[in-house]
Amino acid sequence: MSEKTLETNQQKPKLRKDMTKFQWTIRNMKVNWRGYAMVAPYYIIFLTFTVVPVILSLILSFTNFNMLEWPRIVGLDNYMRLILDDDIFLLAIQNTLIFATMTGPFSYLLSLLFAWFINELTPKIRSVVTLIFYAPSISGQVYLIWQVLFSGDQYGYVNGLLMKLGLINQPVLWFSDADYIMPLVIVVALWTSLGTSFLSFIAGFQVVDKSLYEAAAVDGIKNRWQELWYVTLPTMRNQMMFAAVMAITGSFGFGAIITALCGFPSPDYCAWTIMHHLEDYGGARWEVGYASAIATILFIIQIAANSIINKMLSKVGK
Amino acid sequence: MKKIRFIKKHRLNRSAGGDMGINILLIIFGAFMFLPMVYAISQSLKPLDELWMFPPRFFVKSPTLKNFGDLFKLMSTSWVPFSRYIFNTALVAVAGTFGHLFVASMASYALTKIPFPGRKGMFQLIQKSLMFHQTVGAISGYIIMSALGWVDTYWALIVPAFGSTLGLYLMKQFMETSVPDSVLESARLDGAKEVSIYWKIVMPMVKPAWLTLIVYSFQGLWNTGTSTYIYSEELKTFNYAIQQILAGGIVRSGAAAASTVIMMLVPITVFVITQSNIIETMASSGMKD
Repeated sequence: MSEKTLETNQQKPKLRKDMTKFQWTIRNMKVNWRGYAMVAPYYIIFLTFTVVPVILSLILSFTNFNMLEWPRIVGLDNYMRLILDDDIFLLAIQNTLIFATMTGPFSYLLSLLFAWFINELTPKIRSVVTLIFYAPSISGQVYLIWQVLFSGDQYGYVNGLLMKLGLINQPVLWFSDADYIMPLVIVVALWTSLGTSFLSFIAGFQVVDKSLYEAAAVDGIKNRWQELWYVTLPTMRNQMMFAAVMAITGSFGFGAIITALCGFPSPDYCAWTIMHHLEDYGGARWEVGYASAIATILFIIQIAANSIINKMLSKVGK
Repeated sequence: MKKIRFIKKHRLNRSAGGDMGINILLIIFGAFMFLPMVYAISQSLKPLDELWMFPPRFFVKSPTLKNFGDLFKLMSTSWVPFSRYIFNTALVAVAGTFGHLFVASMASYALTKIPFPGRKGMFQLIQKSLMFHQTVGAISGYIIMSALGWVDTYWALIVPAFGSTLGLYLMKQFMETSVPDSVLESARLDGAKEVSIYWKIVMPMVKPAWLTLIVYSFQGLWNTGTSTYIYSEELKTFNYAIQQILAGGIVRSGAAAASTVIMMLVPITVFVITQSNIIETMASSGMKD
């Protein structure tokens, strides 16, 4: 809306140059009060259930709150205990970083690569293939089928196949063996990870201005890789940023899959992540202050991951 | 002249070898994505003796719907009538989805088209909140729920869904690119109120975005399983009941396979119907700094 229409609502329009910046802001607030009224329902709910919990965790992380007694401020004790005394937490950080660096970037690159490949197909085939790649991410608990495929007895499909081929004599306990759990869980997580970022890329490729490709061909772009790097990706930069945010957030959200596939806790804590540590202390032991410190560290890690990736993405096509 | 004909015949900068390589990769990874889903369906159609066969077969030999029958029998013996779980899921999914659609689209309209001071900062906050996973606020979220007195009520499942950030983000970005200001200005000159402009003019123009919001919100709520906010059995959802059946172990593995298939078919069907609208919405999903 332009200023012109706004002023039709008023009897005596004042001009911008007659007012200080503050007066102008107040005037805009008054004229557009309906804007505040319209965002209010959403923002009240959003703040209450998304923003306030994060701030509350930050505050509680400096206390010994346990839901029973009134919280007492303990300073940095929770953080000191996490870093100095809690061996399992250090293991959890290590596992989380391994897990997130394996799933986040790979899911992002797979999303980008396959969206690009799919874009080369004809529209009808394209929508079928899109469905095939996207389906695992929206099908809820269907990832449990991997437990059946890799079931620890001879009736599990993979064990049965390997035994029939004579590669193994005994069934392998896939989801109980610490050597196999992490790689398997990462594969399953990647299987479910072609979600929102993937669709965003699919859409992004479809709306690139086709004339740019013709111009690029005249300018000496020789093959599809150069076309992708110098033409397509730079025009999709905003899409790439959004997809990256989705991929990073997703890579810290696989706690439930790990629990469903290898139990809580996983054997020898081999797939124990910060998310599990948080659930353990917050949900099971009600050490809310301590759990809040874990949540705050998880929060900081995610924000840091986002700003690193943001910096990296600004180099695309340069 | 010759060159122009060449360009028309083939797409620019595409080699046959590259096309072949791409197709091979698509087939390999497509199989990796698709076969587990096929296996899930195949398992659900296997009679008991095929489920426990060595060596195990991938495809079902003599398909039967008996597992689905067993699932419904199991459901009828559950402690709380099974229809109650279905009712709960339907209530939470429908109420949560439509509340979210209404609240988030109204806020998106105001953020995009009404120039009130502070709206840029408000939207920045949404973008920042997309950058961390919900688990961060789970513990203190419980404190807020109990302060509101919503623990163990439907409200705890429905109301937070209204404030879902991804929905608002996608709706706002879509409105920005697909609703021209000129349309609104003429309506304003005719004396239309903001609320009626939003409802009568803008909402019909952003159909792909609200379909996307419905699908996303519905998928999330459909897959709501165990929630830390709910204790009472009669408030729990279909997904939770299915998880209990899945946890039932060996005897029920046929029924478990059947329940997995039911759980996956609903969101997939919804996506098939709405795919083109969702892709259209995603086209404007880009994030500016």
